[in-house]
Formats: sequence, C-alpha cells, structure tokens
Amino acid sequence: MTARIGVVTFPGSLDDRDTQRAIRLAGAEPVALWHKDKDLHQVDAVVLPGGFSYGDYLRAGAISRFSPVMETVIEQAKAGLPVLGICNGFQILTEAHLLPGGMLGNDHLHFICRDQKLRVENADTAWTVDYESGQEIHIPLKNMDGRYVADQYTLDKLEAEGRVAFRYLDFNPNGSLNDIAGITNEAGNVVGLMPHPEHAVEPLIGSGRTDGLPFFTSILKKLVNA
Amino acid sequence: MSRTPLDTVEHAAATPDVELPWAELGLKKDEYERVVEILGRRPTGAELAMYSVMWSEHCSYKSSKVHLRQFGEKAPQSDALLVGIGENAGVVDVGQGYAVTFKVESHNHPSYVEPYQGAATGVGGIVRDIIAMGARPVAVVDPLRFGAADHPDTKRVLPGVVAGIGGYGNCLGLPNIGGEVVFDACYQGNPLVNAGAIGVMRHEDIHLAKASGSGNKVILYGARTGGDGIGGASILASETFDDAKPSKRPAVQVGDPFQEKLLIECTLEAFKEKLVVGIQDLGAAGLSCATSELASNGSGGMTVILDDVPLRDSTLSPEEILMSESQERMCAVVEPAKVERFLEICEKWDVIATVIGEVTDGDRLEIYWHGGKIVDVDPRTVAHDGPVYERPYARPSWQDELQADDANKLPRPATSEELRGQVLKLVSSPNQASKKWITSQYDHFVQGNTVLAQPEDSGMIRIDEETGLGVAIATDGNGRYAKLDPYAGAQLALSEAYRNVATTGAKPLAVSDCLNFGSPEDPAVMWQFAEAIRGLADACQQLGTPVTGGNVSLYNQTGEVAIHPTPVVAVLGVIDDVARRTPVAFQEDGQLLYLLGDTREEFGGSAWSQVVHDHLGGLPPKVDLERERLLAEILISASRDGMIDSAHDLSDGGLIQAVVESALLGGKGARLIVPDGLDAFTLLFSESAGRAVVAVPRSEEVRFNDMCGARGLPVTRIGVVDGETVELQGEFELSLEELGEAHEATIPALLA
Repeated sequence: MTARIGVVTFPGSLDDRDTQRAIRLAGAEPVALWHKDKDLHQVDAVVLPGGFSYGDYLRAGAISRFSPVMETVIEQAKAGLPVLGICNGFQILTEAHLLPGGMLGNDHLHFICRDQKLRVENADTAWTVDYESGQEIHIPLKNMDGRYVADQYTLDKLEAEGRVAFRYLDFNPNGSLNDIAGITNEAGNVVGLMPHPEHAVEPLIGSGRTDGLPFFTSILKKLVNA
Repeated sequence: MSRTPLDTVEHAAATPDVELPWAELGLKKDEYERVVEILGRRPTGAELAMYSVMWSEHCSYKSSKVHLRQFGEKAPQSDALLVGIGENAGVVDVGQGYAVTFKVESHNHPSYVEPYQGAATGVGGIVRDIIAMGARPVAVVDPLRFGAADHPDTKRVLPGVVAGIGGYGNCLGLPNIGGEVVFDACYQGNPLVNAGAIGVMRHEDIHLAKASGSGNKVILYGARTGGDGIGGASILASETFDDAKPSKRPAVQVGDPFQEKLLIECTLEAFKEKLVVGIQDLGAAGLSCATSELASNGSGGMTVILDDVPLRDSTLSPEEILMSESQERMCAVVEPAKVERFLEICEKWDVIATVIGEVTDGDRLEIYWHGGKIVDVDPRTVAHDGPVYERPYARPSWQDELQADDANKLPRPATSEELRGQVLKLVSSPNQASKKWITSQYDHFVQGNTVLAQPEDSGMIRIDEETGLGVAIATDGNGRYAKLDPYAGAQLALSEAYRNVATTGAKPLAVSDCLNFGSPEDPAVMWQFAEAIRGLADACQQLGTPVTGGNVSLYNQTGEVAIHPTPVVAVLGVIDDVARRTPVAFQEDGQLLYLLGDTREEFGGSAWSQVVHDHLGGLPPKVDLERERLLAEILISASRDGMIDSAHDLSDGGLIQAVVESALLGGKGARLIVPDGLDAFTLLFSESAGRAVVAVPRSEEVRFNDMCGARGLPVTRIGVVDGETVELQGEFELSLEELGEAHEATIPALLA
C-alpha cells in the first residue's frame, strides 16, 4: 500500500504542483485539495505548499488561515494528522497557532532566493525520520517574509524540548532568531520550515541536489509502517 | 472632456465645430484630420480617445512599420513557426506535440517614472500576452539597462526595478531564468526595462485574438477598471521626457500580481474546457485596443455596453474607461451556451467576470454609454489603419569620426603586473561583475523545472518530465557595438544570443526582439533603427531563425540626446533531453580547455576599452554568421555526445571574463597558456565573435579534436582546469578568493 498525501491549493499557491511531484517521486500518491473544500478526502497527511496565498496581503498566511479547508486541517492536526508547512505553508501554520511564533519581513528587506545550507536538528518528527540528527543538507530558500521570531520564553522552550527542527548554517538569510529555519510541534506531527524541500528532489533540476526528498520518504515510511 | 451633454455619435454629427483636445491626447494635426475624414464627421470624445491611443507610436508602430516589414519579407523557411508576427506572441513547434510561445517587450518609460510599478506591470503585461495565446507561462527573463552604476539616480531606479520584477514575477510563480544587467551613462535618464516570457502548450491549444461568430458574447474578466494608466501608451511610451513638463506619475499603472495569478489559473482552466473562441489581454490602450483588435481580426462587428464594465471608481468618464490601462484584465469571446460555465470558472477563482457585449454580423464597432451610442467606427481603421510614416533617415555626420577613433590603437598593458591589474579591474567593473545581488531577488526554482538559470549562458526549462524535452532562451544586446555600427550591432546581438543557446546544448529555433531606440523624428536615430532592422532581418534569414514577434520602443532619450541604439534579441532553442545540457561551471580538475573560433585584434566597443580607457570608438567585432552556425553545431553535437563537460560563450570581456566566471562557478581554477600566433593581451581581452571556450575530459580529447577538424572549426588548446588560481603562464596568477571577492563585491557595494 502507499500513502495518500494531500496538497492544498489556496488562491496564490505557487509550489502546489511541485509538491505533488515530490510526493510522487517519493512513491506516495499526491491528492489535490482545494481551499474552499472542508473535506480532506481521507488523506493520510497534508502539505501546505509555498506561494503567496492571497498575495500575502494583510500578512503572509493571515487570510488563508481562515479558509474552510484549514478548519479541518487544524482539527485533525491536533488529533495527530501529519502536516507539513513549507514557506507560505509555515506562515499559515503559525497564523493558525499550530506552531508557535511568527514570520516578519527579511531583515535586509529584499526577497532572497538561494541554495541554503541547513542542519537537521530533530530527526524524530513525522517528516524527518529519514534524516540523521545533525545531518547537514542544502535546500533552496526563497522568501520575502522569512524572519522567524518568537518571545524569549517560546524560544527557550523550543530549544529545551528539541523542537527546532532545522537551523540555518553558515549564513542566516533573513535574520531569524536562533538561526531557526523550521520547527515542530510537541507531538512531532506538525512541521513547518521556510526552505523548500520540494525543489531539491531531482539531480538535474533546481539546486541539482536531492537533499529534500527525505521529507517525503520520511512521511511515507511513517505512514506505511504505522 | 465635457460630459454634459453626452457626446454621442448623433451629437458629434450635429456639432461639427466643437474643438476636441486631440493635441493633448498626443495626435498630430494631420492625424486628427484623417480621423475626421475616416468618420465623415468629427469624432466623439470616446472615439477620439480610442484613435489617439491606438494610433500612438507604441500601439500603431507608425514610424517603424515600413522597416519592420523586412522581418516578414526576409523570413527564412522554417518548419518550426506555427504563429508568426502580428499575434500577441509568436508560436514555435518544439516537437513531441509541444508548442512554445515567447516574446520580449519594453516598459522603459514607466520604469523611469515609477521604477517598482513600471517594472512590475511590465512583467504582468508580457505574461498576459503569453496566456492570451493559450499557453501556461513557464519562465520570465529580464534584459535591463541602467545609467552609470555609481550615479545616485541609479540607486533609485535599479533597486526599484529589481524589486518590482521580483515582487510581481515571484508572486506569479514564474521562475526568472535569464536576462542581462548593463550600465551605461547613456541610459541615465532613460533606463531600459525589457521583459520576456515563455509559455508552453500543446499544438491544439493555440488561441488567437479574434472575435468570430455572430451572437458570441464578449466577456471582460479580471480586475475592475480604474483611473490608473490613462494615456500610458500614447503619452508615456511615445514621447520624450522633458523636465519642463509636469510629472507623469499618474500615467503609470499599478500592478496586483495576486489578481494576475488568479487570472492565469482561471484562463487556463477555461481553455482546457474549450470555452474560448477568441481572447485578448488588456495592455496598452486597454479596452480600446482589446475591442478594436478582437473585432477587426474576426469576421464580424461588435457591440459593447460600456456601463457594464466593473469600475473601481464610479466617476470615470467613458473616455477614461476606454483609455484606462488598469492591469490584470482580459477579454474573451465565448459562445452563448458556454458563458455560464465560463462565469463559473471565474467564480471558482474569485475573478470578476462580466458580459460587456457581443459579436455582431455587421462590420462596425459600436459602444454605448447611458443609452447613447458614443462609438461607431470600422474597427480596422482604429486597430490596423493607423498612420504610417516614412520618416527621413540619414547616416549621422559623426559616424565616420566615431569609427575612425580606433580602439585597437589604445595603449595596452606594458607589463605583467599591469595586465594582472587590468584583469582584476575588468572582472570587478559593474558591467562584468557578478549580478547575484540582483538575481537572488528572483525566484528561479518555482515550478520545479528549472535546469539552468542565470548566470548560465541561457536559461533552460524542462517541459516534459518523461522525455526530458526542454527549451532554452538567451537575450543579448550590446548598445556600444550598435552605436559603432547599427547593422553589425544588431547582427552581433543575434549572434550572441544564438551562440548562448547553443553553448548550453540547445538548437536555436526562433527570435523575438525588443528594439530600443531614440526619437524617430531624429533622422540619425531613424538611420540607426533602419540599419539595425536591416541587419537583424538579414542575419535571421541567413541563420534560419525567423523573427516571431517583438516590440519597438522609441523616444528613448533625454532632451536631444538619444540612448545608444539598443536592439535586444531573444533566441529560443530546443533540447531533446535536458540531461545533456552544458553548464558554465568547470566540473573537474584536469579537463582540457579549448578555445573554439578565431581570435583577432578586435577591441572596438569592448568592455576592456570601456573599463580601462572609458573609450567608445572604432568598429565592433566582425560578424561571421556561417561561423556562428558551425560553432553552434559543434557545441550541440559535443553536448549530445558527451564530449564536453562545460562551455562558456565569449562575448563582452573576452576570454578572461569567461574563464573567471567558469572558475568561480565551479570553484576550480585554470592554468592558461598563450597559444602560438597570439599575444597575452589579445588572448585575454579581444571580443572577436563566433567563439566559445570548452572543457573537454581527457578521454574525449581525440574525438573532440577530430570532430572540429573534420568540420573545419579552428580549435586551440589554451590550458587546463586545475587548482585554486587562474594563472596565465609567465604572466600572472590570481587566486579564486581574490577573483571572487573582486567579482562579487562591486554590485552590493554600489546598490545594497
């Protein structure tokens, strides 16, 4: 059997088809989900893809967070449904309070697109078991509002509980606190990060590396073995 | 314009002596008189609005038309061309049932007035041209030219333009894979912001801008119509800037990329369900253009109820609604039975869509407002029968003197130390320095099909995941060469783009161009324009790459001073399997470096002459199109058969620029030798055309040399990929670290 992984398309989602491709390359079945449809169509996990949903107007992710599909995603995530938020998806997850903290504009005030070096800090989440803890990987990053911020209490808690899942290495591309690139919830089923693993799944395309593929093989392994 | 009483057709006929503001709208006296002659009466205010924008230089090509005809007359036979000049964009067959549409356009004047929005809406406009052909946009490229890099105003214009291109294109989900950034004082008061886009479709999905079938509905969809951009085409794009006139800021449109993204998705969904008979985007001249072009390209006439146009500002007059260049709007012609489904799809994407009229079996375009008929014209007279000018042209008196000021006679470096210093100065000069600070503000990963992006020689996109079929695009133009000789300059622009596509392993197929020149009312500029077109048309014919469309931008000057003539040429190529693409970066120590082509003492218009001597004079490099073709064939064969691991075309900055870029990108150095018959200076800095440098694995050395020998392409071994320095034996050695610092630091230091 294989797993069915949903990818939500919001108005302004950009990397939805890329994410579906990554899921397919990992051997799972991608299922397109629509923002106006509350039904998750029995998927085993959900990815909120990158993009500029609602043009990032008001605040990145702030409007999408209230879409019908998110009602179900929020409810089921709390019950253990694996959810991955990439870039705009990460922003939506913080706006939905499934993950703590939030994202501000990059400290240099420019959009930035680069192949980013990261360290995997937590290889125990639903989306990272195919990595080694401490593994260094390169994954493309592209965003305008990528500066992760949280209050000191939250930061301390995230660090103490090992919930910083990914950290920027060598270069902090946006001014994120503690060089945080991605985090997980306490249960490890909800993960959000700014870089784009779906752009690092084929040797020839994009950054020319496949360091992002384990995100999708991790969840497949987790679901199929469950 | 007065709105009481309503200036209907009837009213106009009854009040022949009413004075209309034709001059303020940019029409010349004889042009206005021609309108009166066509109509047999004075135009209504609304008709005047339409004629004035559609007959503007920007929309009517009135000064350029007589020259542009050569692209058709000299068009080479090409099986690849599916749709040629005249439609929203040309369409090329790339095999396996796929067709590719591509085009380059200018948004120069708006980008100077308001850099962010000017550039953003430039991207928006070209992307809508691509959608209007039925294609999904897959990539954008941006050839840009600015004033001197260290001029304070460049720091206003460039960051705004770059942020605007990024802000719009990134939000649309289109990878930005190529383009250029060039600095020259001649663009100080008139930057060039050209934007190109590529789209992909299946052959059967090609759509054209025409309204056919009496009774079919005309649907306007997308953003509401507002007061922005009124007169953008007629005033901004068709006049010279003059400090004495009031600010033109309100004539620049404001973009909403989110709306455009919805427009793309909903249009493609409507295409997929075959709901669309004809389609046109609303760009320059807005509804005036869309209605008159759709009607005149179809078989019948059209009736439009202007009251039904959704407005952002309810106080707009009908003239303003017709002239508005509000962005993110499209116009579709749909059969009555399919209207409901079309509107449903728009609803799904939260796009406003309104039936504003229908196709009639007459031959008139009739527009109504508040129950009165305010437009009654033959649409062809608006869209196609604009004035045509045979502008006088003459070779400028200074041309001989400029060409006599031979760059080959400039003092050359006398010592190894001086040579080394000039290499560093060259690679760190603004034009030759890394543009990473700029390109990193563009998303080049989105859609997951980007094989190559800047700073590669051409951008490359995979279009079929199963077979690996891909397309490549390169844009090039060198205003310095074109100033020295516009005929040769245009051919060199084509040669370079053609070569760049071939260097990455793709076969060049077709051409789009963006012709940026000064005022056509200046005979010297008109001569440059005529020469450039003649050159480009001749070269396209010889290379077998037809021009599929493009754009002319005139009046690029400040006061009496025109920019360098700047024909920018885009070449589209196809590659059967993107896995065979050739990158710029050196891959492996020990690989042999070969210089392909002939190197002559050619320094006219060169980067070296600019950087070291601030000089522009002499003749540009010699054009040899047959050599370009041979070189391209060799590069494509070598890529396909795995004989080369990296390749870089030689152009501005010459061999040393190419080697330094390949070394820095690959993180591997090179040891170079001066081959017999050349001196170190000429080897490093000459800009002879028809050349490339390739890295050949030792196992392929014999095969590669045999192939070049058999086909008669000069090939010279010039060194080896090795170590962590770039060394010219017996002359100098530069560490990659020092080169990298010099190459990377310049642009951020000036602009960040």
